[in-house]
Amino acid sequence: MIMKSTVPNTLVFLFGFFLLFVNVPSLNAQATQPDKSAKPALDVRIGYLRAYEPQLALSVLDIPPRDEGVAGANVAINDNNTTGKFLGQSFILDVTEAKPQADIVPVFKEMLARGDRFILADISAKQLLSIADLAKENGAILFNVGATDDSLREEECRSNVFHTAPTRSMLADGLAQYLVWKQWRKWVLLYGSHDGDKLYADAMRRAATRFGATIVEERLYEDKGTARRTDTGVIQVQKQMPVFTQNLPEHDVVIVADESEVFGSYVPYRTWTPRPVAGTAGLVASSWHPASEQWGGSQIQNRFAKATGRRMLSKDMQAWTAVRIVGEAVTRTKGNDPKQVEDYIKSDGFSIAAFKGQKLTFRNWNWQLRQPVLIGDGHGVVSTSPQEGFLHQFSELDTLGVDRPETKCKLN
Amino acid sequence: MRRTLRLLAATAALPFLAGPSLANMVYVSNEKDNTVTVVDSKSMEVVKTLEVGQRPRGITISQDGKFVYVCASDDDTVEIIDTASGEIVGSLPSGPDPELFVLSPDGKKLYIANEDDNLVTVIDIESKNVIAEIPVGVEPEGMGVSPDGKTIVNTSETTNMAHFINTDTHEITDNVLVDSRPRFAQFKPDGSEVWVSAEVGGTVSVIDNAKREVTHKITFEIQGLRSEQIQPVGIRITADGKKAYVALGPANRVAVVNAETYEVEKYILVGQRVWQLAFTPDGKNIISTNGLSNDITFIDTATDEPIKSVTVGQLPWGVVVAPN
Repeated sequence: MIMKSTVPNTLVFLFGFFLLFVNVPSLNAQATQPDKSAKPALDVRIGYLRAYEPQLALSVLDIPPRDEGVAGANVAINDNNTTGKFLGQSFILDVTEAKPQADIVPVFKEMLARGDRFILADISAKQLLSIADLAKENGAILFNVGATDDSLREEECRSNVFHTAPTRSMLADGLAQYLVWKQWRKWVLLYGSHDGDKLYADAMRRAATRFGATIVEERLYEDKGTARRTDTGVIQVQKQMPVFTQNLPEHDVVIVADESEVFGSYVPYRTWTPRPVAGTAGLVASSWHPASEQWGGSQIQNRFAKATGRRMLSKDMQAWTAVRIVGEAVTRTKGNDPKQVEDYIKSDGFSIAAFKGQKLTFRNWNWQLRQPVLIGDGHGVVSTSPQEGFLHQFSELDTLGVDRPETKCKLN
Repeated sequence: MRRTLRLLAATAALPFLAGPSLANMVYVSNEKDNTVTVVDSKSMEVVKTLEVGQRPRGITISQDGKFVYVCASDDDTVEIIDTASGEIVGSLPSGPDPELFVLSPDGKKLYIANEDDNLVTVIDIESKNVIAEIPVGVEPEGMGVSPDGKTIVNTSETTNMAHFINTDTHEITDNVLVDSRPRFAQFKPDGSEVWVSAEVGGTVSVIDNAKREVTHKITFEIQGLRSEQIQPVGIRITADGKKAYVALGPANRVAVVNAETYEVEKYILVGQRVWQLAFTPDGKNIISTNGLSNDITFIDTATDEPIKSVTVGQLPWGVVVAPN
């Protein structure tokens, strides 16, 4: 999916492009119906910089699909092009991959050289920081579609980095609001030994304090590098998890903080005392759910499934939203100048619709997208946060995550 | 000829037949329980409930009042209900996932928005044939027809445009950008303006039909409600073109707008998630569907006060009143 060539300025190509991307049933109609109002073509390149290597998961169902995120961006490119054909605007996606630990500055420079100025970053926080200032020097805007690290919106925030991915604190707050609404206020926290696990545990601790829950005990699950998903492993796990959760004080719910997929998915149904599990396993907070059909959601779900052959995941939605934000800004400003697009996105009038029941806007103190958080399990959506009754003087969505008075972000 | 058409069109857009407050049947599509509830407009009581296809949403009626057309979205068809027997007597090919449609003023063609395929499908009702498929923007939804029948307007929810389509050539002539998630298009009875609601944007754009430009933008403010909760959907304009009613979704209210000054004059509290609206033929009442309260509300258009709410099926979506 790497497209390095620039697009010729002809309608013929525009239609050729549709042949590549538009769903088959509408093809003939698309191609045979010349649109009188089409204007001369304006090309908009959107880059997708991705850190990828195959990941392990405790359940095969949780292994991220090869095109996670990129598929969402592609569907949004189609959507932008359907809109763009009425305005003579065509969008293309330029996907570049690197390893999660790699130095991405060289590949990023190549993207800049190819003319990418709107770039989705699906990379680690560290990698994102390695290119953020370079992007700014070159007049490029970054959309963080993957990293949930609060630090990227706080002490390490940047004026040219927009975040469509929610933060860990937004996810934790959304989950906590639901648990508190359920009156499940006594939590046990089981957390893993990797960095992401610890950060997620921190976010849950903060959420407990904010919303009046109590963590009655914490336990660390050390990753000793045992094999996942083996027959003997399952037998071990069945004995291991009850023991790991034995002799806990009285609690309503078990919170699991295991982003690394070392033990968390093994906790549900295996605890010593029968308790619901939430966090990174069991009941999970996320920016999207493959079963969400509310608020017109079935339309994007159908469109996505038809285009990709699988269900839409959170990262797909985060990437879809970022590409739609660029599309919306290009449509409204009638141009692809990065500065104008950035100014428009940062203006008070900007909002984006993303199947979450209300318009989404950016927090202007750190350019984090405000968004409801879906609370669901492996099967469906259980609830959506913010929960009723969690009030805010400006936007209820700001009850999720770090709010303006607490922010450490200083934009320059 | 043109005059006659106009007159006919006005009757179609807002059936205004004479007679003192006759009982008319009100047909309400219930999205979630696959039924259409029939309500007597005079007694304001449920007369019967009809079983229809899956996920009924858009609903309209032939000018002679003999047939009700319902979009059965999940069955990918438009069902035809005989109003005399209450039976489904046939169906029309609708294209996939029909949500909303509009009948041409002469009653011969049905223009259907196909959400999943970015198309507007044109059906000849008599022959039941698809005459044309017109590619439009992403997630086409709202459908309006000009009183002279020469123009249809389709709104696309993700593209955020109102597409003006010439009904002779079936080609798009103009695309007008509106606010986020446009859901409904309604022509003024004199054809001078098209009003387009934007659910997520929270506005109604008034488009001049001659210039094909947005000339006014109507915004709504309700004390105690966040702007995000105000989500305009259905629109109806009175036959004299002086007053408009806008359903405000989760704001649970219908806004009354002065259609000459574009000022909002009143908010009428009805029920939860107000979706679509329909006038009674005498224009004395307007009826709202309140999705989450599973009811409809009759509003007196003289006082703009609610008269009565009537429980219908689950998730009432669309409403149409028989002209006779």
